[in-house]
Parts: sequence; C-alpha cells; structure tokens
Amino acid sequence: MTKILIPTPLRQYTGKQPTVDVEAGTVAEALSGLTARHPELRRHLYTEEGKLRSFVNVYLNDEDVRYLQKEATAIKDGDSISIVPSIAGGRE
Amino acid sequence: MATTTPEAKPEAAALSNEEILRYSRHLIMPEVGMEGQQKLKAARVLCIGAGGLGSPLALYLAAAGVGTLGIVDFDVVDYTNLQRQIIHATADVGRKKLESAAEKLTAINPFVNVRAFETRLSSANALELFREFDIVADGTDNFPTRYLVNDACVLTGKPNVYGSIFRFEGQASVFATEEGPCYRCLYPEPPPPGLVPSCAEGGVLGILPGLVGVIQATEVIKLILGKGDSLIGRLLLVDALSMKFRELKLRKNPDCPACGGHRTITKLIDYNEFCGIRGEEKPVAGGISEIQVEELKRRLDAKEDLFVLDVREPHEYQICNIGGHLIPLGDLPRRVNELDSSREIVAHCRSGVRSAKAVDFLQQAGFKKVHNLAGGILAWADRIDPKMPKY
Repeated sequence: MTKILIPTPLRQYTGKQPTVDVEAGTVAEALSGLTARHPELRRHLYTEEGKLRSFVNVYLNDEDVRYLQKEATAIKDGDSISIVPSIAGGRE
Repeated sequence: MATTTPEAKPEAAALSNEEILRYSRHLIMPEVGMEGQQKLKAARVLCIGAGGLGSPLALYLAAAGVGTLGIVDFDVVDYTNLQRQIIHATADVGRKKLESAAEKLTAINPFVNVRAFETRLSSANALELFREFDIVADGTDNFPTRYLVNDACVLTGKPNVYGSIFRFEGQASVFATEEGPCYRCLYPEPPPPGLVPSCAEGGVLGILPGLVGVIQATEVIKLILGKGDSLIGRLLLVDALSMKFRELKLRKNPDCPACGGHRTITKLIDYNEFCGIRGEEKPVAGGISEIQVEELKRRLDAKEDLFVLDVREPHEYQICNIGGHLIPLGDLPRRVNELDSSREIVAHCRSGVRSAKAVDFLQQAGFKKVHNLAGGILAWADRIDPKMPKY
C-alpha cells in the first residue's frame, strides 16, 4: 500500500482527504490510481496531452522523481508519494 | 558551507558598547560571537514585501542586528492584514506599509539602516536594486514576482531565501546560490492564472506566515554567519495543522534555463506574460452575463422568478447570506441536477470571482439564463445592505 500525500490546494478534489492510499508498483500506476478515484484531480496534475504539469512536482519519499526514473520509478512497500505544487501566498 | 556574502570589514562593522550590550545574548554564543555579530552588522538584506512573511522576517532581522535592511513594498495597510501582518498595528490602517514597517523596525533597533523602496519590483528596477544587497528574502504573494525575484537573484548572484504559504501549509528554501538550485529548477513554469487561489480567496491561518517568515529570517542569519546547515538544496514543507515538518531534496537542474549549464535567461523578461496574465487579472473571459446588485435587489423585491445560487462554502454562508441556494463551487459539477435550466439563475460568491467560474461552467453545461452577480456579496453589503458584515 502506498500513501499519496495530497497538498492543501488539491484537497478540494479528493473530498478533502489529505492522503490517499493506492496499490501500485510504479509512480505512474499510483497517480493513475489516484486520478481514477478522483477524476477532477486529473486536469490539475496532467496537461491535455497527458504530461505531468510542470508546476507540480512528484516525490517518491524525499526524492524528486524527475531525477529517478520519472513516472516509471518503482515503488517499494512503505514508500510514500508527495505531490508538491507551487504556491505563492506571502503578503496577501 | 560556502556562502556568497562578502567578508565582514571589521572597521566598518565595529560594535559600540551599546551594541555589545544589546547583542550580548548573541555574543556569548560561540556560533555568533563578536565576529558573527560584526558580520550581521556588515550584511545588507533586501526584504521583498512588508506583509505576512515580510513582517516577522524584517522584525527578527532588525532585532538580530542586520546592518542594512532594505524593504520593498508599494501597498497600503488594510484592515484585513492585521490578522497576520504583525508589523502593522490598527492605527496604521490606511498608511503605507513601508512607512509603518520602517517605523517599527527603527523602534526595535535604531542601529539598523532601514532603506525603504516604495516601488513595484519590476524587470526595470530589480537588477539595479539587488546589486546593492547581499541576500534577498522573498515574501511576495504572486507568481510573476517570484519568478522575477528568482531570475534577478541568479543574474546578480544573490541568494534568494524563499518562503511561501497557503492556508496552513508553507514552503521554505534557499535558492539561487552558486552550487544550489534556483526556483526554476523546482518549478520551471508557473501554474495558469486562476488555478492556485491567493490568500484572499483561499484564506490563511494568521500564524502561518509567522512560522515561515521566521524560518526565512533564520536562514538569512545562517547564511550571513556561515553557520549551521542551510536549506540550500532542501525544500522544507510545513503543515501547521498537523505540526509536521517534512523535507524534500532539491536538485540543481542541469538544464535549468536560469542557472543551469546552458542558460537561456540572460535578462529579465515580462513575467506577467510568462505567467499568462494579461493586465489586471479579471474574473473569467467575456461571454459572462453580469448583473449588478441594484438590479438584483429590484427584481427580488418585485418578486420576479429568479433563482439565487450561492457558490460559497458553508462556513461563509454562516457569516452572511442573501438567502441563496448554497452549492459550493467545487460541488457544482456533482450537484448541477439541483438546478432548473428553465429558470433564470443569478450566481454569486464573495467577490464575483468564483461565481464567474460557476456561470462559465453552467453555460458550458447548456444553461442559457445564468448571470454573475458583479462584485458578489461584498458589493451587496456595500451598496444594498450596510448592516451586512463584510469579510
């Protein structure tokens, strides 16, 4: 079981859940499981062409998957996936 | 850890007896000592923004004895700022943030040279401004400025101590050092406008910029002192509700257009264009039918058959409402069957932004008689019912 950590701006699309558990062998499978369960999340994570949006980073534990095998990165039991979008709040 | 701050010039940063007494709690620690305090005094830090993040950041840097503190802000203190922008007081509402901030900083520590820049940071002034400082601390609230600050820091070789917040989550790191990543290494592109809500739309826990702003101040001080483990190459994630702090590894992207091996960003660009914003960010494009609060009032009083749809959240409905049927914007796709497309619908939210999206959605779903209440319930409170609370 892999835990996917959902950042605050995206929790409105997961029924306010801060984490979603999925069964998956790779990061791609995990994200696909996530968007299958919460379809509204899809357009926030993926472009129309199906590419991961560049203002959203996906981490396996504490490593950016861009520097691993990207979405093909294999998941071990107990791993967690973090979705880290850019946020800008600071003054207002 | 290598830093990019200049060596302290002892004669320029000599401490008077008064300063030695003031900073005694720093001086008796080996990690600071006289040498460290002199480095602080010789340091020049630029704070972009005197708001949520800028308030605690600047206050603590002044208290710590940073010799020169530049502040950039062109805004005026608003009543709603006081919930978190602790450098400003009730009596400062309506006053320039810069004046209010400079006054408090000087009161805390008259030894600090506070340099105020009442300007909107832009591609025209950023480089020149950054060159006069050693470290930049980014406390801004919008994506175009974050990219501007990052690029200007990379181009001028100044570290960018980054902090950002949303509701009860924050991020902090140190970007744009020689060996470390820059903001673009993490986020090569900004989100399209409207996809990530601002604090005014999403709300923010008042203490959160306090937590993150002081983390930023801590990182600034560590860079100046050359002590401790900096957040260079690490993204600190703060969740205030669960009080969990996590860390993610940040790598320098070798192909980063700003700081990588083959840089394509050699000058500052039009950041509004880069972030997809044309002029003022207006709620949704043309094709949205709008209705003014006066007309709504007139038609409701005349008992016309209008369906008022409130797309705010339940907790907002409790603050004030005009009796509309509540379907939060996020639930609208699921609950659209509660609406009768043969009836005329007026959608409203707090200020008109979310309801414009609702109208757009309903129009796409085939609803022909939907209007957006321009200005939202705030406009209603302003012009129709002054007894209604505003929030």
